[in-house]
Amino acid sequence: MFTVLRCVIYRDLLLAVRRWSDVLTALLFFVIAVSLFPLGIGPEPNLLRTIAPGVIWVAALLASMLSLSRMFAADYADGTLEQMLLSVAPLGTIVAAKIVGHWLVTGLLLVLVAPILALQFDLPQKLLATLTLSLLLGTPVLSMIGAIGAALTLGLRGGGALLSLLVLPLYIPVLIIGAGTVDTAAAGLDTEAHFLLLAALLLVAAALAPWAAAAALRISAE
Amino acid sequence: MSIDEINTELEATDLECVRGRRRLFSGMNFVLRPGDLLRVTGANGSGKTSLLRILCGLLSPVYGSVRWRGADIRSLREEYWQQMLYLGHAHAVKGELTALENLVISSTLVGLKVNRKQALVALSGLGLAGYEALPVKILSRGQQRRVALARLFLSEQIPLWILDEPFDALDSQAVDCVRLLITRHLARGGRVVLTTHQEVSIENPRLQCISLDSRTN
Repeated sequence: MFTVLRCVIYRDLLLAVRRWSDVLTALLFFVIAVSLFPLGIGPEPNLLRTIAPGVIWVAALLASMLSLSRMFAADYADGTLEQMLLSVAPLGTIVAAKIVGHWLVTGLLLVLVAPILALQFDLPQKLLATLTLSLLLGTPVLSMIGAIGAALTLGLRGGGALLSLLVLPLYIPVLIIGAGTVDTAAAGLDTEAHFLLLAALLLVAAALAPWAAAAALRISAE
Repeated sequence: MSIDEINTELEATDLECVRGRRRLFSGMNFVLRPGDLLRVTGANGSGKTSLLRILCGLLSPVYGSVRWRGADIRSLREEYWQQMLYLGHAHAVKGELTALENLVISSTLVGLKVNRKQALVALSGLGLAGYEALPVKILSRGQQRRVALARLFLSEQIPLWILDEPFDALDSQAVDCVRLLITRHLARGGRVVLTTHQEVSIENPRLQCISLDSRTN
């Protein structure tokens, strides 16, 4: 079982390295979307500082969603998904591996770039760590919820648009708590409750999402 | 596990398959014993692939059941999949990966333990020696098919092979090679289900044929 898990993660990373333009698209989208706000709003440090957490979180959410439709689509098209459905390892494990792979090539990169982008908004340095940590806990949840959506819309015409309609409302709690963490820290309050909520979301999603997505895949692949 | 146990068989009872609004076939029965070869023929769209997908458990029949050693495959799941190999019409190979990576990864994915050396032997067995380290997307369609079929070399211990159009896009040399692999597997007591358009003769006294053309109604 763990051999299969490792194998799928290794494979997805290898494919990401060989198709690096796909990875770069999501990352550049994030960088450009975030950078547009200071340009559009102009040099008003107070306003920028206030909107920074929200803007960065929304951009991360959209960037993470951008690559979701590709999560299972390529495997579905070339028949690999059928092989995954017929694997001796439980399908939930394989889906979990695909989620880890997706997060490593999108979520993790966003987390690493976010503090640099936050400098454009003149975010105080002590908040950079809070922002990064909130994204670190929140982006895996985005990949997990996204996996369910991607599995449900697999093989549908216009699946991409449907996927965003399906997934974005489910992202709202993560967005509120994630951006709220940084706001709370900016107000000088204790952020422990927010972090615990994010961690709770992460654990609940990790326990349920792979199995839900696996069930959806079996239906989509029929 | 020995693959020539007496009571090991694949049994399809009263299968009915409906795709969209079309009934592809109904009332289909057959039993596959060790050493049996089942050949499914029929026109495009007559339900060959659907039948194979039902036999794999990827698709549920509208009516009827598929049993493996007496138990329904829908309840056996992973236990059944461990004992079968399915090569679908799509190659299930990744263009960005090399032939060797494709073979090792696709084998590991379904639970076969394969090392680099075995994989290299399998690839050269299908005439891909010298192509192992090339990305599959620059190979021809027939060569991509060979990469997928190289798994047959590594699946000798798997009792049931389900092959969808294995001879598609292959040249005569590769067809001979695959035919030999299938004959050897049957001689060992394995069971093979395959669909094909081409007239490929496989010498086997225990050949069953199902033609889906006459069943379409």
